[in-house]
Amino acid sequence: MMDSLILRTATRLLLSLMLLFSFFILLRGHNEPGGGFIGGLIAASAFALHSIAYGPAALRQVLVFDPKAIVGAGMLCAIAAGLWSAFLGDAFLTGQWLHWGEGDAAFHVGTPLLFDVGVFLVVIGAVLTIVLSLEEEDV
Amino acid sequence: MLSAILGIFAWALVAPIVAGRSPKLGGWILAIVPAALTVWFAGFVPEIAAGGVVREVVPWIPGLDVNLSFYLDGLSLTFALMVCGIGTLIVIYCGGYLHGDPMLPRFFLYILAFMASMLGVVLADNVISLIVFWELTSVTSFLLIGYLHDSPKSRRSALQALLVTSLGGLVMMAGLILLGIVGGSFELSELAGQSDLLREHPLYLAILILILVGTFTKSAQFPFHFWLPNAMDAPTPVSAYLHSATMVKAGVYLMARLAPTLGGTEVWIYTLVSFGAFTSLLGAILAVRQTDLKRILAYTTITALGQLTMLIGIGSTYAVETFAVYLLAHACYKGALFMGVGAIDHETGTREVGQLGGLLKLMPVTAAAVGLAAMSNAGLPPFLGFLGKEFMYSSTVGMAGDGMAALGWIATLAMLASNALMLVTAGLVFVKPFLGPKVETPKHAHEAPVSLWLGPVVLSAVGLGLGVFHGVLERLFVAPVAASLAGQAVDVHIYLWGGFTTPLGLSIVTVALGAALYVGWSRVKAALDGVARALGYDSDGGWDRILKGLVGVAWWQTRVIQSGYLRHYVMFTIGFTTVAIGATMVIHRAFTMPSVSVLEAPYTAWVLALTVIAATSAAVVAKSRLVAILSLGVVGVVIALIFLLYGAPDVAITQFMVETLVVIIVALVLARLPRLTAFQRPSRRSAARDAVISIAFGAVVTAVMLAVIDLPIPLDLSEYFATRSYVEGFGRNVVNVILVDFRAVDTLGEILVVATAGLGAFALLKARPRGKMPGTALPQTERTGERP
Repeated sequence: MMDSLILRTATRLLLSLMLLFSFFILLRGHNEPGGGFIGGLIAASAFALHSIAYGPAALRQVLVFDPKAIVGAGMLCAIAAGLWSAFLGDAFLTGQWLHWGEGDAAFHVGTPLLFDVGVFLVVIGAVLTIVLSLEEEDV
Repeated sequence: MLSAILGIFAWALVAPIVAGRSPKLGGWILAIVPAALTVWFAGFVPEIAAGGVVREVVPWIPGLDVNLSFYLDGLSLTFALMVCGIGTLIVIYCGGYLHGDPMLPRFFLYILAFMASMLGVVLADNVISLIVFWELTSVTSFLLIGYLHDSPKSRRSALQALLVTSLGGLVMMAGLILLGIVGGSFELSELAGQSDLLREHPLYLAILILILVGTFTKSAQFPFHFWLPNAMDAPTPVSAYLHSATMVKAGVYLMARLAPTLGGTEVWIYTLVSFGAFTSLLGAILAVRQTDLKRILAYTTITALGQLTMLIGIGSTYAVETFAVYLLAHACYKGALFMGVGAIDHETGTREVGQLGGLLKLMPVTAAAVGLAAMSNAGLPPFLGFLGKEFMYSSTVGMAGDGMAALGWIATLAMLASNALMLVTAGLVFVKPFLGPKVETPKHAHEAPVSLWLGPVVLSAVGLGLGVFHGVLERLFVAPVAASLAGQAVDVHIYLWGGFTTPLGLSIVTVALGAALYVGWSRVKAALDGVARALGYDSDGGWDRILKGLVGVAWWQTRVIQSGYLRHYVMFTIGFTTVAIGATMVIHRAFTMPSVSVLEAPYTAWVLALTVIAATSAAVVAKSRLVAILSLGVVGVVIALIFLLYGAPDVAITQFMVETLVVIIVALVLARLPRLTAFQRPSRRSAARDAVISIAFGAVVTAVMLAVIDLPIPLDLSEYFATRSYVEGFGRNVVNVILVDFRAVDTLGEILVVATAGLGAFALLKARPRGKMPGTALPQTERTGERP
């Protein structure tokens, strides 16, 4: 924890901005640079910044869930995305899609998005597990 | 047949609940399914006896020729009936024998799962599914043998059985896969048709040796015989099942199954006959040295397995007939004897020959069953065991006529000796405890409950009945099994009385010799003990030495390679990589200079390259950790910029984020560490060593890059992904589409690694014992310094 007024004030702004940006990166990843891994890293940095500014206890309050549970949720999402197609008779992890609209205005959503959300959550959870373990360590 | 196997597996899962609900009747209820399956398999007998076969194929991984295919002929049907039939009796017996044992529900789970695996082994037609079931029997028998897991002896025996049989199984897997590749099919029934091709193939010997290692370990042939007697540390029902109908017979089964495919060659005959004969003699000699009833029986199993192996090796008409008869005979009497001995142990509290005697009046039913089984074991007429012995002599004597006179006579003599010794053991198991003078036992003996004597009675009655009604036996079992072994229909004829022949003469000699040895048992035992001492015979000790040596090697390499110092790990990893890549490049003369001149690079690239060099130099000479980390961070950022410059924004962003997080995490770690100045600077020698390793590694990587840069870039994959990413993955960012769609399984593996890394760090930092290891905790004063 760093007792710095500038850092704390900046973090308040930056946390929400960075999280928003990480979602943006996650969702646009399929068409532009980005995706779950990068998004997850950005979100993890945002939370790590918060932890540096306000301390690990405050971060736990913001997170609500334990980072290890976030890792588990991410793995579940990724595996569920794979099993979805397995239940429909395709090979494990075959993408299943829904489409709206035609041509350039077409909108696609499918299990790869769910998979990417899984990656996103696993990365956040794993990084924050390490960061919190280090910060909360009391020898 | 698949449903039968899966049915028992499912029943195994239900078993703990059933046994928990009704501890008294659990065994009887759980025997219903095996009993039903016995009846179901018995329904196939007329069809198989008429020369038919049943095949069932369920595709499993069709792309790799792996099917759950099952094959029912004389051999597999007989085995299936033994597995299910004796299994039924064993399950009932378990209920009585282990009554009141708190772990009984779990035991039923193990034994039923074992039964299903064993059934899978004997029915499987596909080589791969055979291997799967084979290893399942190793695992489930490990659980059964180690059932009394509080006892170190049980644990050791279980581990020994698992290591020996599953390592043998792995060797066998190589052989079977080779067999499948050479023969062009993974179905055993189809491979039998390729026997001529296989026997003349240059890989024949390799295939044979690999497979025989597996079957020898499973069936406890010399030199792998030592695990079997130890396996009797398991509760008696387990021993009874493992020794009579299952597990150890799996190896014999596979040799018999492959006899028409691989058998008949000189190496096959000589190997199986000599190992089989030696094993049977060794087993018999070791058996008469024992005084524990269960141990006696365990060693005689080795004898029987050796005899069966020898018969498969001989392969003549007589031999395959004998195999069929003796297989059934041994399953019946050994199951009955083991269960009978278990009943004695249960009622009297001891299994020592010397402490038992005069039980006939106290336990008449058990006595009758054990008596009948022992007579079959001793090979007396009109029991099944007698038929087995007579025909065994016929086949070994017959070898002389087939041009193998020397081997035939050696085998005959070995059989004569081992059969005589078997008769001695039969006497030890029956005459001493039941007839003899009455001896005071630890517990006051009385007749065992019905669940304990049902199995022995049924099995010994079957042994007697099949011996008397040998016409039925011949038509329904011997002929089909013999046909499976010979690969064609065999004209069999079984008889109790064949006139005054050489085998009959040998039989009489056997009985006379056996009786003489029994009378002088204590002297024989003393003499054999003396011989064993003189030879220093101790196969179990050899096993211990092998394990100890293995552990020693593990310790040594752990000390050298895994010293616990991170810098050593990094040093070894980088050093090894350098040597491996460098040596490969030298061998293949792969050093090339690119045709493109390096000087043609844009000025931005020069700026970045010089920055990297400057930052690296700063990291090398840095006096504080923070400076070193920051310098390395600069290197990382520059590399990200290079990615950006050459059009890989995804990789660049990832690199930026990773650099950021690494600095954060390392800063957090640094806050916990003492100042760098608290340590001495590295000595001149280690600094020089590090420099050499680093420069060598850098040079090798540079050489690889220079060699690679001139190669034409294979574009087919890039084009494949570029053209399909939008059409099939509905995304314009090819990198992301590859990650989450085309190669999603890879990504799944990677996030699993990330998750494991996170949890691993948590475990390392949080889950260590606190306050117990004073050396690990850092002094408070040193922690304050380098906080960011």
